[in-house]
Amino acid sequence: MAMTMHVNIVSAEAEIFSGTVTQVFAPALMGEVGIYPRHTQMLTQLKPGEVRVVKENGDEDFFFVSGGMLEVQPHMVTVLSDTAVRAKDLDEAKAVEAKNRAEQALKDRKSDMDYARAEAELADAIARLQAIQRMRRKFGGTRS
Amino acid sequence: MASGKEIRSKIKSVQNTQKITRAMEMVAASKMRKAQDRMSATRPYAENIRRVIGHLAMAHPEYTHSYMREREVKRVGIIVISTDRGLCGGLNTNLFKAGLGVMREWKDKGIDVDVCSIGSKGLGFFKRVGGKIVAEVSGLGDAPRLEELLGSVKVMLDAYDNGEIDRLFVVYNQFVNTMTQKPTVEQLLPIKAANETKDLAYHWDYIYEPDAQEVLGQLLMRYVESLVYQGAVENIACEQAARMVAMKAASDNAGGLIGELKLAYNKARQASITQELSEIVAGAAAV
Repeated sequence: MAMTMHVNIVSAEAEIFSGTVTQVFAPALMGEVGIYPRHTQMLTQLKPGEVRVVKENGDEDFFFVSGGMLEVQPHMVTVLSDTAVRAKDLDEAKAVEAKNRAEQALKDRKSDMDYARAEAELADAIARLQAIQRMRRKFGGTRS
Repeated sequence: MASGKEIRSKIKSVQNTQKITRAMEMVAASKMRKAQDRMSATRPYAENIRRVIGHLAMAHPEYTHSYMREREVKRVGIIVISTDRGLCGGLNTNLFKAGLGVMREWKDKGIDVDVCSIGSKGLGFFKRVGGKIVAEVSGLGDAPRLEELLGSVKVMLDAYDNGEIDRLFVVYNQFVNTMTQKPTVEQLLPIKAANETKDLAYHWDYIYEPDAQEVLGQLLMRYVESLVYQGAVENIACEQAARMVAMKAASDNAGGLIGELKLAYNKARQASITQELSEIVAGAAAV
C-alpha cells in the first residue's frame, strides 16, 4: 500500500475536505508545491488557486482557494483557506470604515466612561428581569 | 368593574400580542437551528488553526512574534460581541455585566480600556455610558461573513501592533444549550500557548515560506479573526435561543392573562344578567 497522510481543508465558514490522500498540490506564494507523505514541517502562505489532492484509489479532487495558509506535518497537511478576498488595501479600507463608524456613533459622547451609571443601568435591567421571572413563577403557579 | 365591551377589546388586544410573540418564537426556533449548524461549521477551522498554533508553540522558531510575547500592560482593548436586536431576555444585559466587570478590574489598576463593538446593542450601551469605542460594526444579520468583521478586528490588531493596547479580550455569549447562554471573556492577545507536550517535543522547526515573520503574522492574524468570527456566530445562536425562550414565556403569560380576563368578562356578563333578572322580578312584583 502506498504511503498516505491526512489532509484537512477548512475555511472559516465551513469544512471543505477531510480525508486520507497520497499527494497534495497547493499554490504556495513562492510557487506551486507538491507534497508527499513524510514531508518535513513547513508553514507557508497560499495564493488564490487550486488545491489538488490525490486520494488512495488514485482519484483526484480539486478545490479552489482564494488564498490562505498551508501547514505541513510529516503525516498531516492542513489547508486554512480564506473565504474573503484579502488584500492589504482592502483590509485597510475596511478598518478605516469601522473606525469612522465608531467616531460617527460617538459624536455626542461624554468624556469618560461612567462606570457608576453603567452599573446602575445594568442593575436596573437585571432587577427588572428577575421581577418578571418571579412574577411568571407566581403567575404560573396560580393558573389552572 | 369594567364593562363587558371593555374587557372584550382588552382580550382581543392581548390575543393579537400573543399571536406576534408566538410567531416570533417559531421564527427564532428555526433560525436557532440554522445558527447552530453554522456554529458547528466554523469549528473545524478554529480547531485546525489552534492545532497549528499549538505546533508552532512547540517548535523552536528563531523568531517570536509580538502576538505571542507578554508585555507590560498600559492599555487594554476589548471586543464586545452583542446582538443587533432586542427582545432576547437578559442576554445582552448579562454580557455587558461580564464585560463591565473586566473593564472595572483594569480601571481599578489605572488602566484604560478601548472598546470595539460588534452589534448595535453594545454600541448603544457603551455610547450611553461613555466608553471609548474605537471601532464598530453592526447589522451583520443572521449569517455573518468573516469579511464584515475584518475591519473592526484589524483596528484592534493595528492598535496592538502600534503598542496602543497591550492586551486584547473578546466578550461574547457562549452557547451551552438552548436554555443556557454563558457570557464569556477570553484573552485573544497575547496568545496563550496551549501546553500540549506530545511526542513532537524534540527539536524541530518549520520551513517558512517566504519568511517566518510574514507567515507567522498572517497565521496569527487569521487565528484572532477566526476566534472573533466564531464568537460572532456563537452569539447569534445564543440570541436566537434566548429570544425563543423569552417569546415562549411571553406567549404563556399572554395565555394566562387571557384566561383571567375571560373569567372577569364572564363574571361581568353574569352580574349584568342577574341584575336584569332581579329588576324584572322586582318590576313584576310592584305591579
